[in-house]
Formats: sequence, structure tokens, C-alpha cells
Amino acid sequence: MLDSPELSTKAAPLMNVLLFLPLAVALVILLGRKVLTTSVCVALSVGSSVICLGCAILNLGVVGTEWFRLLPFLVLNEGELLDIGIDVLHDKQSAGMMFIVCLIGFLVQLFSLKYMEKDEARPRYFGSLSLFMFSMTGIVLANNLIMMFVFWELVGLSSFLLIGHWFQKASAAEASKKAFLTNRIGDFGFMIGILLLFGANHGDVSFSGLRESLVQGPLHELSISQPWLITAAVLCLFMGAVGKSAQVPLHVWLPDAMEGPTPVSALIHAATMVAAGVYMMVRIAFLVGASETAAMWIAGVGGVTALMAALMATQQGDIKRILAYSTLSQLGYMVMAVGLVGMTGESLSGGGHPAMFHLYTHAFFKAMLFLGAGAVIYACHHEQDIWKMGGLAKHMPLTTATFAIGTAALMGVPGLSGFFSKEAILGVAYEQCGWLFALGACTALLTAFYMTRLFVVAFLGKARSDSAKHAMEVNLLMLIPLALLAILSVVSGYHMVAGRLQAMAVHGHGEGHYTVMAISIAVVVIGVGLAWVLYRGKDKDPVSIKVFANKFYIDEIYAGLIKVFQDGLAWVVTGVERIVVDGLVARLPVALAAKLGEKARALQGGHLQSYTFLLGAGVLLAIYVIVFVLPGQGH
Amino acid sequence: MSSLEIIILLPLVAALAVALGAPARLTSLVTASVNLVWVTWLAFRFASQAQGAEMLYTSKRVILDNPAIAFAVGADGVSMIMALLTVVVTFAAIWQIVDKPPMYFVASLLISGGALGAFLCTDLFFLYAFHEVALIPTFLMIAVHGRADKVKRIAVAWKTTVYLGAGSLVLLAGLAWVVLEFSSGNQLTFDLNALRAQALATPLSAAKQAPMFFLLLIGFGTLVSLFPLHSWAAPAYATAPTPVAMLHAGVLKKFGLYGLLRIALPLLPEGAQAPWVQQALLVMLLGNILVMGLVTIHQKRLDDLLANSSVMHMGYIFLGLAAGTEIALKGAVLLMFGHGISIALLFAICGRMRNQLGELEMAKLGGIGSHAPFLTVVFAFGAFASIGLPGLANFAGEVMVFMGAFANGTSASTFIPANGLTALHWTVICALWGVVISAVYMLRGYRDIFQGTPQTGLFMSDPARSQWLPLVLLAAVLLLVGCFPSFLLEMMQSPLAVVPAVAVP
Repeated sequence: MLDSPELSTKAAPLMNVLLFLPLAVALVILLGRKVLTTSVCVALSVGSSVICLGCAILNLGVVGTEWFRLLPFLVLNEGELLDIGIDVLHDKQSAGMMFIVCLIGFLVQLFSLKYMEKDEARPRYFGSLSLFMFSMTGIVLANNLIMMFVFWELVGLSSFLLIGHWFQKASAAEASKKAFLTNRIGDFGFMIGILLLFGANHGDVSFSGLRESLVQGPLHELSISQPWLITAAVLCLFMGAVGKSAQVPLHVWLPDAMEGPTPVSALIHAATMVAAGVYMMVRIAFLVGASETAAMWIAGVGGVTALMAALMATQQGDIKRILAYSTLSQLGYMVMAVGLVGMTGESLSGGGHPAMFHLYTHAFFKAMLFLGAGAVIYACHHEQDIWKMGGLAKHMPLTTATFAIGTAALMGVPGLSGFFSKEAILGVAYEQCGWLFALGACTALLTAFYMTRLFVVAFLGKARSDSAKHAMEVNLLMLIPLALLAILSVVSGYHMVAGRLQAMAVHGHGEGHYTVMAISIAVVVIGVGLAWVLYRGKDKDPVSIKVFANKFYIDEIYAGLIKVFQDGLAWVVTGVERIVVDGLVARLPVALAAKLGEKARALQGGHLQSYTFLLGAGVLLAIYVIVFVLPGQGH
Repeated sequence: MSSLEIIILLPLVAALAVALGAPARLTSLVTASVNLVWVTWLAFRFASQAQGAEMLYTSKRVILDNPAIAFAVGADGVSMIMALLTVVVTFAAIWQIVDKPPMYFVASLLISGGALGAFLCTDLFFLYAFHEVALIPTFLMIAVHGRADKVKRIAVAWKTTVYLGAGSLVLLAGLAWVVLEFSSGNQLTFDLNALRAQALATPLSAAKQAPMFFLLLIGFGTLVSLFPLHSWAAPAYATAPTPVAMLHAGVLKKFGLYGLLRIALPLLPEGAQAPWVQQALLVMLLGNILVMGLVTIHQKRLDDLLANSSVMHMGYIFLGLAAGTEIALKGAVLLMFGHGISIALLFAICGRMRNQLGELEMAKLGGIGSHAPFLTVVFAFGAFASIGLPGLANFAGEVMVFMGAFANGTSASTFIPANGLTALHWTVICALWGVVISAVYMLRGYRDIFQGTPQTGLFMSDPARSQWLPLVLLAAVLLLVGCFPSFLLEMMQSPLAVVPAVAVP
């Protein structure tokens, strides 16, 4: 089926370390945490993340594409019938993403040293982080869809464990369950998509195999004779991305996931795991490009998510939730970019993809913002309401400075990384689809608005609570990750860095280029100005839009649907099963037999033992008849 | 005596010894350990030794000449895997029996020996008889040592006995039909290999195979709680004493599936593919997955939840049998193994909780994770395995069943885009929704019982270290098989499917 290339590549040992070191560490910590001391567990986890970061840096600058097998997984008849392995796809995309994951993973672990200092369950926390690093590495390196699905589910597990880190708290327990289940709904579609491609491509679901098949092979023939199939498969796979990357309508889990510790939100629910959906869609960009219908739907879902989430963000009061909705909105941008590039029909993955570009820059500044929020929350004694903060700039100047840089990068202030990557997406939108461009521009305006609101309310003005009044600048261990990420948020848009990560396509804009740039600068100015005027020096929110504050009531609607269509249906079905099915199959025949057998009542002694005995005797009799009587019947 | 004969008879002899007054726990544990080590060793040697040969470790003692009945044993990959499942679960089930009357040990050993006999005999007569040997202690244990009050547990035992008795009789009729049809000349034979050779040499017409297959499906299906013949199972598991629930749900129930794989499919391949049989099976297994899935969501107590989930998960194994391709059938065997281990683990924990808490209603529990971290972790292993988390055994089987349903092979599974999706493919999609359903009830259970704040008056602690072993063993097997399914897959070298593959246009 697939030729197994030789392990000549010198990357193989690096890949083994990247994948299996975090796994080994996670297993040692999670299973042996009773035996080891806390500091050993922490040291193991942080140490492994340093080593992985080193490997990821060595691994940058890959030329070309190759894959090799680390382990066989499901193999039948020496690969002729079924050949699914833990295979590494080694190319620019995986090398770049690996670097992002390892870098932010390392910085978050560094930050956690201080942030989680007083937590008693630190071994479990750091063990789960290592488990996450293992699972995420698996997604990044995956060379086939089954392997991606395997690790896809495993990041779901580690996310479940980390959101529910404080599992004694009801809200955290509920949030972890909600995250896992919402993702499961997405994975339902993901698996259907994999199976459709598995069937259509005769059992080969590796990315290289699918790509070749689309150029010349079964998928190519299908794309001409049965284009609906490609569309269906892509949309089903996209459903997985909708779950993992929290797109509308499966976005509801991400804001609740903020119940987890803040460094976890930075790593998993902002920079890396939620971006896995986008990463996967870019991996199959060639398939998206083969189906214009699917590409349009994807772009539409992304655009709607971007706008809706931005609207919801404008009315939140919890600093982490504002950032969470902002993450949703930015993920919407990336998904929109995947769809828009797909609509052009050309495959860009050779030279980079605007979605990946935005993914990288967003990973830096959003991780920075979350860690900054973590620093603020830490300094304010776990106060998360921005209306109870204020004036933090005076007490925490360094944190404020880095937060300001992250905010500016997210808004897309010219010169910072977010500006370049957002502009790359808006550029494609401008060429491809007018209304999506309008959606994107509105989102950019709202982004500038809600981030300015957050910054003005939390950092400027005067302190509105005791905890904000007594806030102090955080420890150096927390400032170093912030500073490093702030620097990267500035420089990662320039070719020097972006080119190193090989994320950005050399994307030639037409004359639209300047229009796009002018519009994106204009919306930032309008958004910032509006928020500045509205929120400067205010003590409570002067604007109140119920529908945004209540997230369009989507959670309430879902709760109702679950009550009716799941729990209600379960109630009805249980009744039917217990009364009708059991009645027809079991009770009715028994009742009839009892009626007919009333005269034979004398036989019924009422002891189970005797019934069992009778049953055994009956069976023996039947066997006797078959064995000794029937053969005599001339057979 | 050959190895397999000793492996089968050892637990039966030990049961007799315990009944006659031998030290119960010691005798049983030694027996279980010997069997565990021995079968594991045979399994390890199996893959390398099986080159080409279909059956290994065979031996035969002729009992009767006509009809030909022999105490014949032998193992192919499937029976080896099932034997491995049996000894692992037996060891765990016996180890966790503490402070119970000797009858617990006798029953567990009898079920274990009966199951091993059913899986390792290659003679239909003994295969059937050994299964009955294992069933009878199940009934008695539910009736005598069940967990409800006397009236209820006797009612449950009654229902199970009558239900399974009726199923066994249907099965007996089906097996008799098979023997009559496939015996050549005047010589009736119960030798499975001879019957199989005859079926290959002179296959029956498809029209005749279909009703025969259906009869076997109903007979075996009742034993595996195939919808709508399932209503004995949930109350029986919820009432049965812990080792019996572990052994029956984990091991003995797989006998029905094993029979379909070993007897019905190879002898009657075209019967299995007959459209009406196929459609009936798809409807029934969807009943298992969707109807029983929703019923499981509705459960309020942990033991009811586990019992119903076990019924539900049988649907996925039947799906593998319905798809009938090589990939799907081997996936079904993997899933039988994975399900057996995971449900035994869950029932073991559930039994421990009932003993210590006396309360299994989920709404009243909570926060057990705070005081019993070890139990929480092993429960999570079982729960996540049973909802098909990759890395644990059940996923490998499940995904192979799904892929097998889309693989080139039988007419129903081969995916020809121009024709759209077949009924089998739609069933797979519905079954995939069942994966969401199982996640819903398992995570609800996990959240209600282990997360949140501890409830006053309901304190649950971790077991003593000596009682960690059975739980760790089961969890470790789940993890090992989940990460390296190739160990089991390599044992199944000879093809299981006899249906000729349909060429792809």
C-alpha cells in the first residue's frame, strides 16, 4: 500500500524524543506521584520541556517533505490489508508548529512554577501538562488521519484533566465534562469523514497518499464523477475542527474551559490545542481546494464565528472570558482563511498559508495576553472581574507594558505581528468574497473596541477594589515568559521570523493591497477611539446589551435541547424498552405459558435450584435425543 | 494430557477441591495464577508457532464413534485471545474476593473453567456443554448471594435462567441443524473442523443458509443480549455478586459472539450475507447501540449504568460481524477482548463501592476523587476505555470495526460512491453517534461520583495495597493492548472471513 521509506533521515531520533519523552515523563509523574516528591515531578516535567524545545529548534529549517514510521499501530497481513502506523510527517508545517508548541509549552511551564506554587496537586498538574505536550506533538507530527484522530482525542483527554484540575469545584467539573462532550460531537463528524476517505481511497488515509490520489488516482476520478463525496468528506472532517477549534455552533465549551488554571488557558485554550483544528484543515488544504462548496461553508462558519464571538466579547466582565471570546473570534479568522484559500482552488501549502501565519502570530500574543491576565489575577488575589480592577498600570508597570504590546498586536496595530497576519487574511477575503471581507473588517473593529475596553478598565483609571489597590508587580519567573512572548509578538510578523517558521506565503496582492491596508488601519482607529471615549474613567459598564452579555442565549438553548432531545428522549425510550420490548419478548410469552400451564402447576415447586436442575436435565435430554435418537432415523 | 486440557480442567478440579473443603482462597488463587501464566505463555508462543497452521495445541480423545464426539481441544488466534481474556479476568475476579463464603470461589472457578472449555474445545458437543456448566453457577450465585432483597434477586435469577435457558434451546436447535446438514454420509460428527471442511467442500445453497444462520443468530444473540433479546442482562449484572458480574459480563457473555465467529460465519457465510438476515441484524444491533444507549443515559445508579452500558456495547461487536470483512471481524475480536477487560474493571470498582458505601445512586455521591485517588484513576481507565479513548484497548477494536465496514470485502461493506451509502454504512454512522452517547453517560457518572465535593456520611477510601493488584492488572492490560494491538492482531494470522471479496469496479 505504502512504501516504507528508510529511516535514513537524521530527524528520526529528534522525533522520537519529541513524542515519547513527554509521554514517559507524564506516565512517571501521573502513576508515580505518590512515590516521588513534588519537586522531582516538577523538575522532570519542566526539564523535558526544555529538551523538547531544543529538539524543536534543531528541527527548524526543514526542506522538502518526508515521512517515516515510529511504531506500527493497526497492521494486518503485513500492511497489505490495513496499514495504520504512528508515522511522522516531517515538513515545514510540522516543524514550524512543533516549535510554537514547544516554545509556548516551555514558557507556560516556567510561568506555572510560580503561579501554581501553592497548589497541593502540582504533580498532577505538571503530569497532565506533559501528557498534553505528548498528545499535541502527536497531532502536529501525524502523517495519517487515524493517527491524527488518536492524538486528537488524547488532547481532549488532557484538556479534560486540566480544565478539571480543581475538580472539587462544581463549575470546573462541569466545564471539563462539557469540553470533552462538545468535542466528541465534533469527532463524530471527524470519524465519518475519515471513514468516507478510507472507503473512497481504498484504505489509505495518509496525507501523502490522499494528495497523490487526488492528483491521479481514485480521489481524482471521484472529484470528477462524484464531487459530492469530496465535499461531504471535507465537511465531515471540518466538523472535527469545529469542535476542537470551537467554531459556531460548537463554540460553547471554550469560554467555560476558563475554569482551568490560567497558564493552561494560555497554552491549551489559546495558543495550541484549539489551533489544532486549523492545523488539521491546513493539512488537508488540498482537499478543501477540491471542493468549492465545502470551502465556502468553511469560510462562512469561520466568518460568522469571528463576528459573533467578537460581539459577545464586548459585554463580558471576566478578564479571562473576554480573552476566551477573543480567541474564538481569532480562530474564526483562521478558519475563514482556510475556506477562502480553498475557494481560490490553488494549493498554497507549498509556500505557507495565511491561516498558519495567523495561527503563529496569534499563538504568541494570545499566550502572552493570557499569561498577563494570569499575572494580574495572581496579583489581585484571584479577582477576575475587570470592573474590580483598575489602575493596575501604576502597580504593575512591566506586566502592563507587555499586556499593552499583546493588546496592540491582537488589534492589528501597524508594525506589530497581528497586523501582518490579519492583513494577509483580509487580503484573500478582499479578493475572494465581499461579504466575508466586510465581516472580517467588522470583527477587526470590534476587536480593537473590546481590547481597548479591557485595557482601559483594568489597567488605567483608579483602583476599584482593595485587591486591586494592593496589587504588586509579579515575580521575575512570571515576567520572563511575558517579556519573551511580548518580543515575539512584535517581531513574528516580519519576514526574518515568519520566514524562519516558513509560515507566510509570498502573496502577491493586486491593487487591492492598499485598500485593504487602509481599511484595516481605519477600523482599528475607530474601534480604539470609540472604546476610549466610552470607557475612560468609568466605574461601571455604561453600555448594556443583554443579548451579547448573555452570549446570544446559546447555552440556554442548548440546555433546553439536551433536556428535551436527550434526557427526555432517554426517559421515553427507557419506558418503551422496559414496558413494550420486555413485555412483548419476555413477559407476554411467560404469561401465556403460565396460563396454558396452569394445570401443570403441580410441577412448580418454587425453588430456583429445582428449576435449574430441570433446565439442565432438559438440556441433557435434548442432547441425548440429537445424539442417539436422530442418527437412528436414517440420516 | 495436553496443555489446553489441563488449562480447562484445572479450575473445575480446583472448584471441586474447594467444595470439598480445601482452603478456598489459596487453592483458587494458585489455580488462577497457574492458568494466567500458562495461557499467557502459550499466547506469546502462538504468533511465532502458528506459521501456516490454523490450529495449535490440539489434542483429541474420542468419546463416541457414531455420532463422532470427542473431547477435542485446540486453539486458533480467536480462541487464544478469548482464553487470555478469561484467565486475566478470572485472576482479577478471584483476587478481589475477600471474606466471602467458599461458594464464591467455587462459582468463579466453575465459570472460568466452563468458559475456557467453551473457547478451547473444537467439538460442538463439548463447546455447548461447557457453556452450560458455566451458566448454572451464574444463576445460583445471583439467587443465593445477589445484592437485592431475597424476593427481587430470586426474580432476577429466575428471569435470567428462563431467558438464557430458552436462548440455549434455540441455539441447541440451530447447532443440531448444523450438525445434521454438514455431516457427510451416515456419519454424524460434532467435530468443528470436519464440519468446516464439509462446508467448504459442499456449501449449502444460500437460501438454506439464511434461516440456519438466523436461528444461530437468535440463539447465540440471546446469550450476548442482542436487542430485543437483552432484557435479562441489565438486572442480572446489577444484581450479581461482583466476581460473577465480572466473569459473566466480561468473559462468559462473549461466548455467543465467539460462537457466531467460529461456527455460524465459517459454516454459513452466505447466510450471513443474505439481505434479510443482514437487515435484521443491522436493526437489532442499532437497537443495542441507540435504544440501550439512551436507556443507559436514563440510569440513576452506577451498577445499572454499567450493566446497561455493557448491553449497549455489544452492538459494536455485532456491527463488526455484520460488516463481515477481515478488518471488521478482527476488530470485533479485539473489541470483545477490550470490552471484557474494561467492564470487569468497572464492575470490580462498583462492587467495592457498594461494599463500602452501600449507596450507588449517583446523585447522592460525589467527591470520591478527593479521598480515593487510586480508585478514581483506575475507574477513569475503565470508563475512558469503554467510551473508546485511543490508547486503551477498546478504541483499536472499535475503529477497526468502523474501517472494516468501509473496506473492500463483502457486498454490503464495499463503498461504491456512485451507489451512495449502503444500509451498513448508515448503520456505522448511527453507531458513531452511539460513541457520543456513551461519552455522555460515562462522563456524567464520573462527574457525579468522583468529582465535586465529598458528601457527608459517604466516605470512600482507597483499598489496601494488596487489593490494588487486580485493578492495576486490568488497567495495565487495557493500556498495553490499546497501545500495541499488534500483539493480539498477530495471533490472528489466518483469515477469519470466508466470504469472497467483491471486486471494486
